Amino acid sequence: MSLYTEGEPIRDTKAPDGPIETRWERRRFSAKLVNPANKRKMTVIVVGTGLAGGSAAATLGELGYHVKSYCYQDSPRRAHSIAAQGGINAAKNYRNDGDSVYRLFYDTVKGGDFRARESNVHRLAEVSVNIIDQAVAQGVPFAREYGGLLDTRSFGGTQVSRTFYARGQTGQQLLLGAYQALERQIAAGNVEMNARHEMLELIIVDGRARGIVVRDLVTGEITTEFADAVVLASGGYGNVFFLSTNAKGCNVTATWRAHRKGALFANPCYTQIHPTCIPQSGDHQSKLTLMSESLRNDGRVWVPKRAEDCGKPAADIPEDDRDYYLERIYPAFGNLVPRDIASRAAKNVCDEGRGVGPGGLGVYLDFADAIKRLGRPAVEAKYGNLFEMYERITGEDPYQVPMRIYPAVHYTMGGLWVDYDLQSTIPGLFVIGEANFSDHGANRLGASALMQGLADGYFVLPNTIGDYLATGSFEKVDAGHPAAIEARQQVEGRIAKLLSIKGDRTVDSFHRELGHIMWEYCGMERTEAGLTKAIELIRNLRDEFWQRVRVLGDGEGLNQALERAGRVADFFELAELMCIDALHREESCGGHFRAESQTPDGEAQRDDERFSYVAAWEYAGTGEPPVLRKEDLNFEYVHPSQRSYK
Amino acid sequence: MNLTLRVWRQKGPQDKGRMVSYQVTDVSPDMSFLEMLDMLNERLTLEGEEPVAFDHDCREGICGACSMVINGTAHGPQKLTTTCQLHMRTFSDGDTIDIEPWRAKAFPVIKDLVVNRGAFDKIIQAGGFISAPTGSAPEAHSTPVPKADADEAFDAATCIACGACVAACPNGSGMLFTAAKITHLGLLPQGQPERDSRVVNMLAAHDEAGFGGCTNAGECTAVCPKGIPLTTIGRLNRDFIKASGKR
Ligand SMILES: Cc1cc2nc3c(=O)[nH]c(=O)nc-3n(C[C@H](O)[C@H](O)[C@H](O)COP(=O)(O)OP(=O)(O)OC[C@H]3O[C@@H](n4cnc5c(N)ncnc54)[C@H](O)[C@@H]3O)c2cc1C
Ligand code: SF4
Ligand code: FES
Repeated sequence: MSLYTEGEPIRDTKAPDGPIETRWERRRFSAKLVNPANKRKMTVIVVGTGLAGGSAAATLGELGYHVKSYCYQDSPRRAHSIAAQGGINAAKNYRNDGDSVYRLFYDTVKGGDFRARESNVHRLAEVSVNIIDQAVAQGVPFAREYGGLLDTRSFGGTQVSRTFYARGQTGQQLLLGAYQALERQIAAGNVEMNARHEMLELIIVDGRARGIVVRDLVTGEITTEFADAVVLASGGYGNVFFLSTNAKGCNVTATWRAHRKGALFANPCYTQIHPTCIPQSGDHQSKLTLMSESLRNDGRVWVPKRAEDCGKPAADIPEDDRDYYLERIYPAFGNLVPRDIASRAAKNVCDEGRGVGPGGLGVYLDFADAIKRLGRPAVEAKYGNLFEMYERITGEDPYQVPMRIYPAVHYTMGGLWVDYDLQSTIPGLFVIGEANFSDHGANRLGASALMQGLADGYFVLPNTIGDYLATGSFEKVDAGHPAAIEARQQVEGRIAKLLSIKGDRTVDSFHRELGHIMWEYCGMERTEAGLTKAIELIRNLRDEFWQRVRVLGDGEGLNQALERAGRVADFFELAELMCIDALHREESCGGHFRAESQTPDGEAQRDDERFSYVAAWEYAGTGEPPVLRKEDLNFEYVHPSQRSYK
Repeated sequence: MNLTLRVWRQKGPQDKGRMVSYQVTDVSPDMSFLEMLDMLNERLTLEGEEPVAFDHDCREGICGACSMVINGTAHGPQKLTTTCQLHMRTFSDGDTIDIEPWRAKAFPVIKDLVVNRGAFDKIIQAGGFISAPTGSAPEAHSTPVPKADADEAFDAATCIACGACVAACPNGSGMLFTAAKITHLGLLPQGQPERDSRVVNMLAAHDEAGFGGCTNAGECTAVCPKGIPLTTIGRLNRDFIKASGKR
């Protein structure tokens, strides 16, 4: 049986055409408005309280909608967005260094390796400036200059200084801004917050998303919740690799359940591997820690020229015997090349046997020159907390010895397919933030995820969702509706099944093994043979999971192993789709590198003739091959070229 | 390393709970404290005993989820460090380690090491924000903020709402947490219009949620992983007196 079939192409019918600068304005004008008096009568479910979900729920509450918000953590403030370090982009051009909305748009389309929609990206760049204003008004303590104005820095892969930051904790500060706005709406009675609740199924009535099935993680109670529209802001799925920089609870369940109910899943294979993470120290490793990319502004990346030197302390390797390989191969961008390029270069030097540290899986990131040039206090002011974090984890002092870094899974560009209005292929189901696929193409630029999450949540969704809600009101549904009963039974059945297997392997042991398969065959470099093998391995492991997994306890109260088991079960299905997507895309682009498709000097080789499209996958039923639906990409403004950072 | 763990096990809110001893062997010094517990949980599962429940998510000291009293100290022996950032190299072969949940009236235990910290959200709801509905913001550069103020506000804003301060306080007070937010917002020009009502409302919510009063014991700041200083509480008190005077 072939791995997939091809169906009808798909189109985004919501983006206006005409001049790109005015598309968003025109869409906002053409969108229907909801009468203010009616807003109060409309309920919107928002799953997730990260930058995307938190900002959306707060804003929808301010607009007067009744909002029900969910997260699996004990407080909305703990969403994974809290961990973002480096910064957020915005085309403010405060530096007068040639930046503009158009340049941010251009950089993002190019950085995404020409696999994103121009209309979406332009809107993102336009809205970026409002985000900074909004955050400052909320009291987000961004870094400032002595004159009291906002400081910026340049960040991975850009030559202008457009990244706003709050020391190494930009995500935390932005999220607290959104969280506080959300709490204000909770206090006002506009948002009903349900922390420690996990969405486990989507409820569809008459073809529209009308609710979700949730499990109260404390009591184990399963309930059906209803609304006029459902927004998924449930984050990315990097944890399919087990080891990643994501928080331990990050998962694909919300979006995967929606996918199984008909929402198309776009570009699942586009994964971002971040070049600067702390290398793994042993088999006990439970997650990987990112060292902000901003470190590459001042740190220099190198490995020994000769493999024989790799065992020596860094200090014993003279300057002449060091290979500053990024500066050598990419003289124009040097240590600031985009993430995908920096990651693969690190892999290549390690594959040549020139890696440093345990298992030869590491490269140096050296601050000796920066300390000499700027002085230790200046380096400390910029990176102090990152250096401390590094020392805490490794026991080594980066002021004295160079850091060791290695690439790790960090972000997933793929996600549920959405149109320009951020609506999925299921009417009434909207998807925002990392959970959708929309703006980053095949590679996301640094500091652009925070921008996109907040753009979606504060400014885009609150405008576009009205156009949908204005077509209501919809028929009333309650727990007795056949669709709700069925969805609920699906959830209960799965939980009962997981608890009844009583096998001899833990959930984590399966998750780790799945992660190994994905990293090996669907990681930084992918091949036809490897991916074919991975699909087979994943299927076998999945069958084994459903026969041998052991989940103790019951479903009645807090049961963390049960939560993880459900998430891992969904990761298995996603993993297979990721490999199929990677296998079908016989080109290299952005974070997706197919060994068969490279230039003579080893760079990614796109194939625009055959692959200038979004691959949106339709679920065809358990055990059935998924259906590929293509959305053609057209470039009217930024003409596809081979990315070159040399 | 081989260690003896004495872990608080409590089935649910109604259960009385007790300490249970477990031996763990072959602990690597490079493991994090939570990885050591992962290892214990894997073993317990295979032996047919329910794993120890504990809160965690980011495992890099920023989400504030992890929360364990280790050998009597909230977040354990290392200064300025959350439980998840603690590494086993801090301990020695043969050690006995006691692991307990936060204990405070405002944070009831849910199961094992997991407590309910919803009371913190209640304090923020009462006024821990600047009212700036989306779309209403002026241009970011319209109000410069002196760098020193911005930096100090940032330092206070780094609180992760872990609750260690409450767990360490003999009175179970949430004052350091509350004061961190008062300080963050009170130092910024944007935070001035609501400054008086904020402190009054947040303190009322603090007391109502079952937190105790502050008697300047200073235990809170000693365990705070983000180094939130006691001076924030001084600032809160001054703001409160000023705000009360105006009423
Ligand atoms: C270490 C690190 C550093 C980063 N640094 C940067 C940076 O400097 N700049 C940048 O732009 N980007 C950065 N990123 C990326 C960026 O942080 C994320 O892409 C972004 O925060 C995602 O936001 P989100 O709102 O989409 O999802 P998240 O913040 O992941 O939130 C997901 C929410 O969904 C909830 N949820 C998930 N599943 C369910 C379910 N089934 N039921 C109920 N609730 C559910 C969770 O509880 C959570 O509230 C970084 C990422 C990492 C890992
Ligand atoms: S003040 Fe410190 S100890 Fe208290 S909640 Fe905040 S970070 Fe935790
Ligand atoms: S797990 Fe996030 S702070 Fe410890």
